[in-house]
Amino acid sequence: MEKVITGKAFVLGDKIDTDQIIPAEHLVYSLSDPEEKKKYGYYAFSGVPLPESGLPMGHKPFIKGDNYLSEYAIIIGGGNFGCGSSREHAPFALQVAGVKAVIAESYARIFYRNCVDGGFLIPYEGFEKLNDKIKTGDELEIDISANLVKNLTTGDEFLLKPLGSVVSIIEAGDLFEYARKTGMIAKG
Amino acid sequence: MGMTITEKILAKAAGKSRVTPGESVWLSVDVLMTHDVCGPPTIDIWKREFGPEAKIWDKEKLVIFPDHYIFTANTHAIANVAKLRDFAKEYDLPNYYDPGTERYKGVCHMALAEEGYNVPGTVLFGTDSHTCTSGAFGMFSTGVGNSDAAFILGTGKIWEKVPESMLFWFEGEIPPYLTAKDMILQIIGDITTDGATYRAMEFAGPGVMSLPMSERMTLTNMAIEAGGMNGIIEADELTEAYVKARTDKSYELFKSDPDATYHSKYNYDLSKMEPMVAKPHSPDNKDTVRNVQGTKLTKCYIGSCTGGKLEDFQFAAKLLFGQTVKTPTYIVPASTWVDQQLDVETVNGVSLREIFVKAGCTIGESSCAACLGGPSDTFGRAQDDEVIISTTNRNFPGRMGSKKSAVYLASALTVAASAIHGVITDPRDVM
Repeated sequence: MEKVITGKAFVLGDKIDTDQIIPAEHLVYSLSDPEEKKKYGYYAFSGVPLPESGLPMGHKPFIKGDNYLSEYAIIIGGGNFGCGSSREHAPFALQVAGVKAVIAESYARIFYRNCVDGGFLIPYEGFEKLNDKIKTGDELEIDISANLVKNLTTGDEFLLKPLGSVVSIIEAGDLFEYARKTGMIAKG
Repeated sequence: MGMTITEKILAKAAGKSRVTPGESVWLSVDVLMTHDVCGPPTIDIWKREFGPEAKIWDKEKLVIFPDHYIFTANTHAIANVAKLRDFAKEYDLPNYYDPGTERYKGVCHMALAEEGYNVPGTVLFGTDSHTCTSGAFGMFSTGVGNSDAAFILGTGKIWEKVPESMLFWFEGEIPPYLTAKDMILQIIGDITTDGATYRAMEFAGPGVMSLPMSERMTLTNMAIEAGGMNGIIEADELTEAYVKARTDKSYELFKSDPDATYHSKYNYDLSKMEPMVAKPHSPDNKDTVRNVQGTKLTKCYIGSCTGGKLEDFQFAAKLLFGQTVKTPTYIVPASTWVDQQLDVETVNGVSLREIFVKAGCTIGESSCAACLGGPSDTFGRAQDDEVIISTTNRNFPGRMGSKKSAVYLASALTVAASAIHGVITDPRDVM
């Protein structure tokens, strides 16, 4: 596991549901084909209404042009991030787009599980609402061992909630690696 | 100290005498359900992680209902169903329900009930957030992603954090202008879309136990819209009769202890409740139908695992009998069984299908259809800046298709009443 995650922030509002993360019409593409899966990056956050995309100003697309990689690696969300459907395509799409971590006020259960068990990205919770304190484009640095996010643009620092009981799965990489380490399933 | 029904079922599945909320446990899974959207990636992950010698832990316990993108020309969607078909053939799976054949069932949550996979006291996981629907049968059921499903496929086990339980108690008997949809929209509006996150939502009281199974399923179905891990209703004689008619699997009845601990308790009196809507763009944006009546509509939609069950169409047919809809109205039976019943069930001697056709409704084939938008050729999909009233479960931006559309969620009674007038209408005004 990386010790430090750095990247530009992409800030969103409350209740970013899985249809906004990856609209249902795009769930038809293969997640294993190396070329086809890039479409998930290309369409990541394409369901977010443009005025709410990239706060506080909005009107900032997460993906520019024909890319599947975003310039933003850290998502700052509000409450109930990832609510809605069970589609693992949602954290997968963010991973394909280059997202390393989400920091939200709270998460919907299935999205949170999918991030951890699938090993797509780290879902952090802040102690306070951060989507009104960090701006889209701010350079951030997450110190994983210290549970701390530093805003290199403004100098602000915010403590993050410890990852808790799922930290062993996150450290292993995903649920399968965790199960191999603990002897639940045979080593591949 | 006593335990809730959810705690008792999880304790049994974990092989423990008792479990405590907050505790992480490994559960033995009784049924794993998947469909055409999440099945193919689940299979890919399973093969990747368990290798060329990967074994399905128990073929009898794997159930595959393709249901999301069935009636579309989208080549990717067609390829996904073909992948499931090939997988079922390769592994000789007994519980695969192929589209285009007599075995095709329609929406998975209805089909799980109809085909006898919902069994009191058991644990069911599915790659769909509305898997919580099965909790209406006194069992634990919840949605998971592809990785968790692939892990279950290979091991038959999965971890879960034992949830705290919230109790929603309903007094009285449901009046003719209300449905279970109004009850659950009221609850979601009261506790918001994350009011039950990581918790069990237990529905109880005479107002719940007097409901037919399909209406109970509407309550548990939308537990996820409040963030709930599971929705659950104790099994009673009605449940037992339903289950026994469909399977000879053995079952166990669990009940919450009188001294069980709850996170919170909510009491409702059905005689004082109103027909409800969730306004755009969130299922917790509640209001009474009265407060939004007169809102101009471009489309009415009755369908989905939430609002496309037989009772929903019986509600709608009672109001649409002898009427003509003023707004284009789309009917999507949740399952092929419900579709067949449209010819069998009658109101005033006329079949439900005939009532809908004469009223000017368009009837589509059983599937998830426009509930989640889907490919561009999906039946009933939201276009441009449409204003829709729908019996479905979510109205987040773009959920039914167009990002510019606005969706009101309501009961089948309210949708039918609104179809007659072309504006949002309280069902009491047409009864």
